[in-house]
Amino acid sequence: MIRVQFYARYRETLDSDGEQLAWSERLASVDGVRQALLARGGAWEVLAERNLMCARNQELCSLAEPLEDGDEVAFFPTVTGG
Amino acid sequence: MGVRVQQAAFDPGAELNALHAANLGIGAVVGFAGYVRDFNDGRDVAGMFLEHAPGMTEKALEKIVAEAGQRWPLLRCDVLHRVGPLEPGEPIVFVGVASAHREAAFEACRFVMDYLKTRAPFWKKETTPDGPRWVEGRDSDQRAAERWQQD
Repeated sequence: MIRVQFYARYRETLDSDGEQLAWSERLASVDGVRQALLARGGAWEVLAERNLMCARNQELCSLAEPLEDGDEVAFFPTVTGG
Repeated sequence: MGVRVQQAAFDPGAELNALHAANLGIGAVVGFAGYVRDFNDGRDVAGMFLEHAPGMTEKALEKIVAEAGQRWPLLRCDVLHRVGPLEPGEPIVFVGVASAHREAAFEACRFVMDYLKTRAPFWKKETTPDGPRWVEGRDSDQRAAERWQQD
């Protein structure tokens, strides 16, 4: 199982703060999860944005970051705090 | 050293004074306070809502503070960031750094803010006359953070 979280504008666009995906080998990287969601089309294409940021288990990472069953992934737009 | 993420208002002056905390080894204290403006990107701003990612945000700030502590000889480094509804004029963020000498305090304060702007999960949603809008990230913030990677 991979727990996926969305924040800020992505949460609004997708009308979801997250979901759980059943584990499979194609989810073995953050980009694998992103591609699986992108394949749904429509609003999910927001995850194709160039400035997309992501995190694995609450730590910023790159799209190439490997995943294991049980990990948590987050996708969000460029951060704007401060 | 301390990271706080809170909805409650705070007093930047009191935060700055608290940094010294009777530590007589501290010779320099540098503080940065950021405030909500009433105008941004060509629109009046009546207020904003600050979203964060509970858990992940605190972790990200603690990592930034830890990295500052590895780069400079700091005696204290505080980060305080508000979340939730905010009005123009209100303080939104405070970074305070204490060290024996000014150079470390000045540089570390700037480093923490530059990294916070690009690596800490906070998102601003402004209230404007045209309705709410998410603030977009700035390339200038990315460049400011990248400077620290070249040193």
